[in-house]
Amino acid sequence: MSAIPTFSAQVPEAGLRAALALDRAGILAVIAASGLRGRGGAGFPTSVKWNLAASAQAGRKFMVCNADEGEPGTFKDRVILMDHPGLVFEGMTIAAKAIGAREGILFLRGEYAYLRGGLEQALARRRDQGLLGPDILGSGLGFDLRIFMGAGAYICGEETALIECLEGFRGEPRNRPPFPVDTGFLGCPTVVNNVETLAWAACILDRGAAWFRSSGTVPSSGRKLFSVSGDCARPGVYELPLGITVAELLREVGGEGAKAVQIGGAAGQCAPAREFGRTLAFEDIPTGGSVIVFGPQRDMLEVLRNFLEFFIDESCGQCTPCRLGNPKLLEGVERLRAGRCSMAYLNELRALGETMQVASKCGLGQSSPNAFLSIVDHFRDEIMGRNAVPARAQAKAGR
Amino acid sequence: MTDPAPANPSRRAPASQQAQVLPAPANAAAIGGSVSLTINGTALKVPLGTTILEAARTAGIQIPTLCHHPDLCIAGVCRICCVEVEGQRTLQAACAYPVTAPIKVSTHTRKVRQARRHVLDLLLSEHFGECYACGRNLNCELQSLARDYGVDGFRFGHPERPRFPIDRSSYSVVRDRDKCILCRRCVRTCIDLQEVGTLEVLGRSDRSRIGTFLEKPLGGVVCINCGQCINRCPTGALRANDPTDEVWAAIQDPAKHVVIQTAPSPRAAIGECFGLPPGRALTLELNTALRLCGFDKVFDTNFAADLTIMEETTELLLRLREALAGRAAALPQFSSCSPGWVKYLEHFHPDYLPHLSTAKSPQQMFGAVIKTWYAHQHGLAPRDIVTVALMPCSAKKFECNRPEMDASGFKDVDYGLTTRELAKMISETGLDLVHLPKSDFDAPFGTATGSGVIFGATGGVMEAALRTLLELVTGEPVEDLYRHADITPVRGFEGIKHLELTLPRVGPVPALLAPLFTDWDWLKGATLKLAVAHGTANARRVMEDIQRGGPFSRCHFIEFMGCPGGCLGGGGQPIPTSPAIRQARADAIYQEDSSYPIRKSHENPDVQKLYREFLTEGPCGPLSHRLLHTRYTARGRYIE
Repeated sequence: MSAIPTFSAQVPEAGLRAALALDRAGILAVIAASGLRGRGGAGFPTSVKWNLAASAQAGRKFMVCNADEGEPGTFKDRVILMDHPGLVFEGMTIAAKAIGAREGILFLRGEYAYLRGGLEQALARRRDQGLLGPDILGSGLGFDLRIFMGAGAYICGEETALIECLEGFRGEPRNRPPFPVDTGFLGCPTVVNNVETLAWAACILDRGAAWFRSSGTVPSSGRKLFSVSGDCARPGVYELPLGITVAELLREVGGEGAKAVQIGGAAGQCAPAREFGRTLAFEDIPTGGSVIVFGPQRDMLEVLRNFLEFFIDESCGQCTPCRLGNPKLLEGVERLRAGRCSMAYLNELRALGETMQVASKCGLGQSSPNAFLSIVDHFRDEIMGRNAVPARAQAKAGR
Repeated sequence: MTDPAPANPSRRAPASQQAQVLPAPANAAAIGGSVSLTINGTALKVPLGTTILEAARTAGIQIPTLCHHPDLCIAGVCRICCVEVEGQRTLQAACAYPVTAPIKVSTHTRKVRQARRHVLDLLLSEHFGECYACGRNLNCELQSLARDYGVDGFRFGHPERPRFPIDRSSYSVVRDRDKCILCRRCVRTCIDLQEVGTLEVLGRSDRSRIGTFLEKPLGGVVCINCGQCINRCPTGALRANDPTDEVWAAIQDPAKHVVIQTAPSPRAAIGECFGLPPGRALTLELNTALRLCGFDKVFDTNFAADLTIMEETTELLLRLREALAGRAAALPQFSSCSPGWVKYLEHFHPDYLPHLSTAKSPQQMFGAVIKTWYAHQHGLAPRDIVTVALMPCSAKKFECNRPEMDASGFKDVDYGLTTRELAKMISETGLDLVHLPKSDFDAPFGTATGSGVIFGATGGVMEAALRTLLELVTGEPVEDLYRHADITPVRGFEGIKHLELTLPRVGPVPALLAPLFTDWDWLKGATLKLAVAHGTANARRVMEDIQRGGPFSRCHFIEFMGCPGGCLGGGGQPIPTSPAIRQARADAIYQEDSSYPIRKSHENPDVQKLYREFLTEGPCGPLSHRLLHTRYTARGRYIE
């Protein structure tokens, strides 16, 4: 595991102190100028989210940290929570001041239960030091937070499903609009931010928007943590500027010669070798950090099957396209493996994938076809030449 | 007196199953509370927050729906109502998307049409449609959508055989999981509309299924049999327990004397099963049809409703006498003719069972009288009589099977038949119900009053009881207090209604009640506090208020109906249901009431004759208690 240079060098509470010296508008201006975008994968502009919640008229507001890191191949939040929890809590406190929330919740995925003790201790220390509580560092700001445990559902990483779970119900995404910044936890304005986003926010308040902008690209400013795994010599967590190319990242991790790189986890895109010149950025190939390297020996159809099984397991089951569409896509993969999938049916499934991308109720169903579509498109030869069933026999079988 | 405080919203259905609360946008004042949009190029102006679906309907633009229902909160799960909104990558569910800014909507672009077909193809890949053999053939929303949106093949396959056993454990509601399309209307009905909570989604992903607590058979869990879930199910996944084969067998058995009693709500609605718009009562045509089907006698349940009023009002007066004399009495008295409500109380508030009137429902009183007095009068052996009750109700199937409902020595009512089931029987005969000649009910139970008719609507039992109570106590016509004897304050679909009525005077005790009362002096100047609640969500509000010692605990009589709208919205009524349909049925019922020559239960000559010749000790006398009153079972919420 690599240490995270910027976070390791960050002076504890420097961001918080800077924020306490500003008013709400001041904090919002810094975040806006930095161009910080959500680091959980969706890349929503953080300042827009905080501004909407800040301007909502409500007596009670909530600041929620999404630590439900569930995208396969993502383990950077785990490292942040283990090694830099203070920075995350600092970011939450800064956000709370900006939006006017006095209560915070850290939604910790069930699989990270072993981190809870350490996090509770960190919270207790902060309370002792006056960094959480009714009057933080004598500034008059009152904010405290508690930890809420998830129970092993990937869908609870979706912010409205997360909120449903906080309220004690099945983790099923809500209809949007209204959005959580208007109507969130208990009907109150709620900001849900990723762990890494909050850590960067704390750094930005200390070091300034210009510092953050000095890395990355214009639409994707700043640096990002990537969790790299798979067929490479040096898997681990890397801190790199956004806008880095796939090829540059592969050199960094010792993954040259890869056949494909899955960027953005199972919900992301599969880049074949000819696309390694593309960049990891919101305007090109976005990711929450997950990078999985596939060497030449990997069977892409097996990869696809693994991803679809994952989505079928994790779908909440509410909406028709995702609940019933994902099993159809998997069934298509099984047919491809057996060499029993005709071009006509494959095209039906591609159309189904397109429908799922636009008609599913939430991001899970909207992105589960991504892997199917990109692998079927980019690795057509590898996928179609299965079990070499002769064309005549295929025609006889009617498929 | 204000309505009881609403329950804590976060204890109710999850947000995904609750009505949406939309925040007012920051510029609401600036844009004046309404917003413009275009749908397929047509410009519209609608109130802020109107959904795309509602907006489209105002312009006569059709958008298909499946999980949406006018009585239920928004779900947004089926995705068939998805439309394109300019500028948005994903399609938006028209039923759930509130318009708060000018948008351009397209309802039939290539993407939308493809998405709709895919939704239908996917549903059909799981739905075991045996349409020919299904009770919802030609009245199924999935069928209609498949037809309307051009389904011409099973792109993703279609099940050839069922995979799941059918749950027939309940007397009232049958569950067929193979037909379920997971629209969740039943869950929203049971959790959100009725606040009973028998059904919920279990599991996730493609293992999602609608189920009960621990997946126990429906007959063994806390279910009140109200059948509201059946009324809102778009397919045949939920249906009532259908006894038409047994009823036909009884009719065809020459040794059996088969009588049917018909209730007002089915009569006001059965036309809907034959293509008529709601609100046209076919009472007298139905009598002809029933005789032609082979029923030996056709009786009017309203007769028994009048009997119920006599018994229940007398019981109320007895309790009032105790209470006003400072002695303990089980007040408020709760009406007891809704078997869904009765089972609700038995499960959720068993310690309040003494408050229930001990009077049976009209259906059950009728059965007891038929298999005793009527049998004797006509020289029939009770074991050869089969009593069938035509009811708007699914819970009555449970009610007639209660072990204690055997006052006659036999099962008082043999079969509860729903409106839909009778429509099926009539259609099997080929009779043209709508154009049959009219005919009257049979003696000796052929006379009814308007009071009996209005039992079908929420507030009807209360109004009927008041018409009788006011006249018996004051000795003056009720028209002196309420024009045409229409007690309008208790009418209408408001969830909880209340009324305070001060008795203007007292008169002599009528002969019928002489065995029990010597005078009405103790009622001089009394103010009666009354309430009416329909749907178990409202019943729950009232019960919680009573438990807290609130205003409703000081009521004297409360009418409770298990179903929204009252019996006219019962679980056995034609499908679909909606607020407009129920309003039309209510209008038909109140219109029938005003057309009756006799409008008060105690003036029913057949009822008077029954007390003269049979129940000679009068209402609430020993024989009445034995035949026409019942007891209840504390069931609680725990199941085996």
